[in-house]
Amino acid sequence: MVTMIIKRLIQLIFLLIGITFIVFMAMHIAPGDPASIIGGPTATQSDILAIHHRLGLDKPIIIQYLDYLNGILHGDLGFSFQTNRSVAQEIWTRLPNTIDLAIASMIVAIIIGVPAGIISALKQNSWLDFSSTTLSLAGISIPNFWLGALLILVFAVNLQWLPVGGLDTPFWTFKGFKEILLPAITLGTGSAAMIARMSRSSMLEIIRADFVRTARAKGVKEHMVIWVHCLRNALIPVVTVIGLNFGGLLGGTIITEQVFAINGVGRLMVESIASRDFPMVQGGVLLIAFIFVIVNLVVDIVYALIDPRISYQ
Amino acid sequence: MFEHILEVKDLGIQFKTAEGFLSAVHGISFNVKRGETVCIVGESGCGKSVSALSLIGLLPNNGEVYKGAIKFQGKDLTKLTSDEIRKLRGNDISMIFQEPMTALNPVFTIGYQLREPLKIHQGLNKARANQVAIDLLRQVGISVPEQRMKQYPHELSGGMRQRVMIAIALACNPKILIADEPTTALDVTIQAQILELLNDLKQRFETSVVMITHDMGVVAEVADRVIVMYSGEIVEQGDVETIFNHPEHPYTQGLLASVPNVDLEQDILEAIPGTMPNLEEQISGCRFHPRCPFATDKCRETKPDIFSIDQHDVRCWLKEAEADGQASRIISN
Repeated sequence: MVTMIIKRLIQLIFLLIGITFIVFMAMHIAPGDPASIIGGPTATQSDILAIHHRLGLDKPIIIQYLDYLNGILHGDLGFSFQTNRSVAQEIWTRLPNTIDLAIASMIVAIIIGVPAGIISALKQNSWLDFSSTTLSLAGISIPNFWLGALLILVFAVNLQWLPVGGLDTPFWTFKGFKEILLPAITLGTGSAAMIARMSRSSMLEIIRADFVRTARAKGVKEHMVIWVHCLRNALIPVVTVIGLNFGGLLGGTIITEQVFAINGVGRLMVESIASRDFPMVQGGVLLIAFIFVIVNLVVDIVYALIDPRISYQ
Repeated sequence: MFEHILEVKDLGIQFKTAEGFLSAVHGISFNVKRGETVCIVGESGCGKSVSALSLIGLLPNNGEVYKGAIKFQGKDLTKLTSDEIRKLRGNDISMIFQEPMTALNPVFTIGYQLREPLKIHQGLNKARANQVAIDLLRQVGISVPEQRMKQYPHELSGGMRQRVMIAIALACNPKILIADEPTTALDVTIQAQILELLNDLKQRFETSVVMITHDMGVVAEVADRVIVMYSGEIVEQGDVETIFNHPEHPYTQGLLASVPNVDLEQDILEAIPGTMPNLEEQISGCRFHPRCPFATDKCRETKPDIFSIDQHDVRCWLKEAEADGQASRIISN
């Protein structure tokens, strides 16, 4: 297991270098010049050239990339073109909000998805099953910017139960809980639906397994058959979906933070892309990729804990 | 005390399908004595496995007993609530299955799975259950049982897993052990060991065994009595010598003729022509008549009665012509 973790962390280094290359090139190839945005509409050609020189954009692109990589290796993600502040610091101050949102959404997704899928499987073809599968389909299909706007309209504007937006307090406090509830539901619905579908199909397969019949033949009580013998087996594929969805959630924070005016990494990215703030976008993507890979590593470790057949020798 | 520990009377089992109810077993009757091994034989799909599952109340969700009774020590199992029958399962009536590879839960240790029935039915605590479990593993011939207790099913071979299944089934010293093709998935040497083990344990624990099989070799090895099923009915039953030496029903004769015998010089194996009818197929008269070389008009029109001499029951009209007068006739429909 330890060897596996070390191997994966070494892979991670190469992966992240690859990601920096792709993002770096994509940003530089994309149309739009940061200098003309910084200089504003009145900037002359020489102003633009001066800005290029100041930002190092006049060097050959490969040199720029190597400079950037060199910086990263020394723990320096560069400075924002817009604010001139350290990218690492800008991201660091906004990261807690994004992490809170992603975790809260995942909690919503698991709390709704796993029980819905399991109940659906146990009552296959009942009205409960039909409503759960229909809602899952809806949950996957509904775009979250629309769902977010709808929830704001109903619960914040009309009923005034919850705040319209913002996230200033940690979500485990009551105020923070009220602030994060709508964004978490908005972002978590899609994942909840995916998890529900996976839990249902996995559970349907497991309840027909021979070892479940053996458990019944031993006289194990029905609720123990389901919650002990079936559930742990059924959760194995669900864990994969949870891991993959966590990456999706990080991406999803970009839209959700925008809709709910949450000051997180996602919103920072949107602003930075609009202003062609290359170092900021690169830093943000790198961070998201890093978290995604780490989450998947955790998923692999969790596998080995749930399923004794998996060992990383 | 009851002479018969298990009495099955006119048991009918049906399945709910999209086309309505389909009857898989149409009224079978048999008894099992204390300490006796009864083999139910027949081709795949003849209803032997569902009959076995119904004895322990484990029919699939769409299946149900629609007629008849299953009396265990005088108590009708078909009338019990699901919790009452659950308390019998693994305690008084146990079952082992065909596929040892998939019959054990992959995510729990052997120890956990073996302690479970002991905790449920005998209320043992973990330490005590552990001791009993280790002893059981030893009795079914598993070496270093203390270590096996901590292992997971995937770390054991097929034969070992079936031994573990047998240990689980015998944990609470059941009165009846139902074994659904316990050796089919194992290779021949392991098969012989498992059969020997079952025979040995049966004597030690005084357990009655109902064994489901399609392998006449297994029958010869373990059975006291044999029940031959065809298409949801019992066509012949009697003690093992009678069935092997004087099979009366053409189907039983066919089954025995299709067993390879190295002592005979003929090199062509006989097969029963045709295939078993589907459940939904309506067949008038005897259900075997389309495949029977001796079928008469009467066989095609009227369902045969059961003819019985010295506890050898045959459901065939040929018996009527041969043995009328001596045979007692059980009218059935």
